[in-house]
Amino acid sequence: MATARASATTGAVEAALRGRRTDPAGIAFQVALLAALLASLLILVLLLSDVVQTALPVFEERAVDFLTSGVSSLPERAGVRQGIIGSLYIVAFVVLIAIPLGVGGAIYMEEYARDTRLTRVINANIRNLAGVPAIVYGLLGIALFVQFQALQPITGGRSIISAGLTISILVLPIVTITAAEALRAVPQGIREAAFGVGATRWEVVRSHVLPYAAPGIFTGTILTLARAFGETAPLILIGAATGFLSSGSAGFVETLQGPYTALPTLVYSYARRNLRAFENVTAATIVVLLVILLLVNATAIILRNRYERKW
Amino acid sequence: MAGVTIEAGPAGAPLSVSDLRLRSGRRRREGLVRRTFFAAALLSVLINVLIVVTLFDGTWDFLSRVDLGLLWTDGWFPRRDMYDVKTIVAGTMVVAVVAMVVATPLGLGAAIYLAEYASRRTRRRLKPILEVLAGIPSVVMGFFALTVIAPDVVGRLFDARGPSLGAAGIGVGILITPLVASVAEDAMFAVPRSLREASYGLGARKRTTTIRVVFPAAVSGIVAALILGISRAIGETLVVAMAAGGTGGSLFTLDPLEQGQTMTAAMTALATGSDQVKGASLAFPSLFFVGTLLFFMTLALNVASERFVRRVRRRY
Repeated sequence: MATARASATTGAVEAALRGRRTDPAGIAFQVALLAALLASLLILVLLLSDVVQTALPVFEERAVDFLTSGVSSLPERAGVRQGIIGSLYIVAFVVLIAIPLGVGGAIYMEEYARDTRLTRVINANIRNLAGVPAIVYGLLGIALFVQFQALQPITGGRSIISAGLTISILVLPIVTITAAEALRAVPQGIREAAFGVGATRWEVVRSHVLPYAAPGIFTGTILTLARAFGETAPLILIGAATGFLSSGSAGFVETLQGPYTALPTLVYSYARRNLRAFENVTAATIVVLLVILLLVNATAIILRNRYERKW
Repeated sequence: MAGVTIEAGPAGAPLSVSDLRLRSGRRRREGLVRRTFFAAALLSVLINVLIVVTLFDGTWDFLSRVDLGLLWTDGWFPRRDMYDVKTIVAGTMVVAVVAMVVATPLGLGAAIYLAEYASRRTRRRLKPILEVLAGIPSVVMGFFALTVIAPDVVGRLFDARGPSLGAAGIGVGILITPLVASVAEDAMFAVPRSLREASYGLGARKRTTTIRVVFPAAVSGIVAALILGISRAIGETLVVAMAAGGTGGSLFTLDPLEQGQTMTAAMTALATGSDQVKGASLAFPSLFFVGTLLFFMTLALNVASERFVRRVRRRY
């Protein structure tokens, strides 16, 4: 009885060991997984080639003219100049407001804060803000910067200032989270070395932690600039779709308080008009937007590769 | 040890406690810097409070003036004072379901491949695909959904013409695929090697190990990835505003092949039309009402997703 069972087991093991080494179902599974990944690539290629092909006539006919023309209701005259300028203004707001505040907040959370209830509340708030849909920030922007009577004289209503501040609030949690990650990657020994020779906390942060965390912070913040360039929904709520950037004689402050448009909102408003007539112009605007995003991202990658540090 | 004096500075006086203390200027600067950073960190709490106050204020304004019967009618037509909540919630759900039908296989497939099958070199080469896809702005995907997905994919496979909830849903699905993939991949990366080795040691094949060992071990994180994807799909605005049709409003529908209205698309329509719609004074406050709904739906999903992520972290 025992021997019979033993021989049955031996037989099964032998059969398994002699069995076919290839596993067709396994290979099919692996191919399916790879196909899922390559489907994303295919979609990406399709999207880019479709946009570029549609945009090509515009660039062939009027390459420079398209970049320097303003918003127009005629497709053959429409251009992106105001969109580029508006987007640059908005990104300038992000650089001047969101990045200092975000990095400052990250320094507090990583270098100063102890594990108290308040710290946990702040952390939960930052994470929650990162998950709030972009369009809700647009509502905040309307209520705070466009309609709130006390701030209206400063922002000028539906203006570049309102848009810049709203987008700054939108990217603030992302800047904070990426900067905090970069700070966390700095080894504790660096800090302890500085404390050991009598540096205060701020001296430790300024001359030891920040220099080492800088590449990570830069890369992260540049990527948030890309986000700021492409963000559309809140700008539509604050009225970018219908606005035009005032040009010429207006002073700097008046320009900032005036109506505006941005590159991604131009895409939206061009696509909303008679799509057939504006399809090429819309695609060309997208190409300009994507080229700018490509430049921004390439800068981030180059910085990362040059300064990346392994501990 | 006796007789040793520690010289402090050129004066040659013995070192005392006061020498080790920070000079008052240095100490004051220290406090100032600390308070500045603290204020920057507190800003996020302030913003959260402002968002909630703004949303509640606008919602109160809307609900106190609207005839509540108008919230349950045949469709969402703010210009005609019809604010049917179920229409835009149903539209949002249809888009989210279609998006997840696209993003779940693509995202999870890519994640499993990258985490379990790809060699380090292939990984480095293929990962950027998802990163580039993640960087495509949603307006661009909206244009693609409107000009390619709607006519050439949905239009050919089914008998649907022009924009539809389904076309927008596919676009949103492509947009959230990288997010689903990266969260799910992180979860599978967190599964310890020893589990896989134990499985191989028992003679299991790679496929068996992946499906029966790694996947169940990472399931909390994978669920988190899917919930986060749904949350993002609900909040996604531009693709829906451009490719779902129904700019002026929409009747209640659950059919992905029809034009429809989602919460986010309804908001953009209200905002872009607000200058023209002077008569319907409630159209503008209804924006905040829809925003509140959206805010709490995504908040609930985000909190749920975080719970699941934390469960993975606690286990390993």
